[in-house]
Amino acid sequence: MKSPHLMFARLGVAGLAGAALLAAPVSAALAAKHARSKAPAIYTVTLQQMKFGPTPATLHVGDTVEWVNDDIFLHSATATDKSFDVELKPKAHLWTTFHKAGTYAFACRYHPGMTGTLVVAD
Amino acid sequence: MFKAIGFAAALSLAAGAAFAQAPNDAQIAHIAYTAGVVDVAAGKQALEKSHNKAVRDFAQEMVRDHTAVNDQALALVKKLGVTPQDNPTSQGIAKGGADHLKSLGALNGAAFDKAYIANEVAYHKTVNGALSTVLIPNAKNGELKSLLQTGLKLFEEHQHHAEMLATTVK
Repeated sequence: MKSPHLMFARLGVAGLAGAALLAAPVSAALAAKHARSKAPAIYTVTLQQMKFGPTPATLHVGDTVEWVNDDIFLHSATATDKSFDVELKPKAHLWTTFHKAGTYAFACRYHPGMTGTLVVAD
Repeated sequence: MFKAIGFAAALSLAAGAAFAQAPNDAQIAHIAYTAGVVDVAAGKQALEKSHNKAVRDFAQEMVRDHTAVNDQALALVKKLGVTPQDNPTSQGIAKGGADHLKSLGALNGAAFDKAYIANEVAYHKTVNGALSTVLIPNAKNGELKSLLQTGLKLFEEHQHHAEMLATTVK
C-alpha cells in the first residue's frame, strides 16, 4: 500500500489542475479523522482502450481509488451524482477517497459509453 | 441526410475498390490518418457553425481524440521509418470529406446539427467496418496493428456517442 506521503507526491506529478477537481468526498485529510479498525486501502482502476478496468469488489469508507488513465485520450471519472469529478489527462494518475458509504455510478464525461460502478461499504 | 449517407457510401465504395488488393502498411497508415483528418475537419466545421452545446461538445471530442490518434500515428511512422503512401482509398476518403464539408456548409442551425450527427454515425460505422475487416487484418507491423485497434475502440465509442446524440438532436 502506498503511504499518504507518496500519494500526494505522485499527485503533484499527475497535475495540480486535476487535483483542484477532487470533489466533496475526496479529502485525504478528512479520511485521517475517520476512526477505522483497519487501515485505509488504495485500489487502482485503470482506464484503457476506452474502458474503465475492473473496480474493487470490497471498498470501504476511508479507502481510496487511484484512477490511472493509460489511454492517449482525455478522460474523466465523473460520478452520476456529481460527488466526484476527476479529469484525467493522458497518462495521468489521480485519487478519490470515499467518506460515505453508498453505490456510486460513474462515467467518462467525454465518452458516455465508458461507465462503471463503485460500491462503498461502512 | 441523403448527402450524409451518400458520403459514407462513397467512402465504402472507394475503400472497396482499393481493397481488391490488400493494402500494405504504408497505405494503411495513410488511410487511417486520412480518415482521422476528415473527421477533425468535420468537427472544426461543427464548432464554427453549431450553437448546440451537446453537438459542440461532441465535435470538440472528435477534434481532440482524432488529433491524439493521428499524432500517435505520425510518431509511429517516424519511428518505423515508414513514409505513408497515398492511394485511391485515401483519395476517396479525402474527396468525400471535402464534398461533405461543402454540402454541410450550406446548412445552418438545427438542419446542420442533424446532418452533422447523422453523418458522424454513418462515417464512424463505415470506418469501423474498414478497420475491422481490412485495415487491422492486413497490418503487418505489430505496433501499427495495435494503434489501429486503439483507433477501432475509439471509433466504436464515437459511433455510440453519435447514435445517442442522433436520438436527441432533432
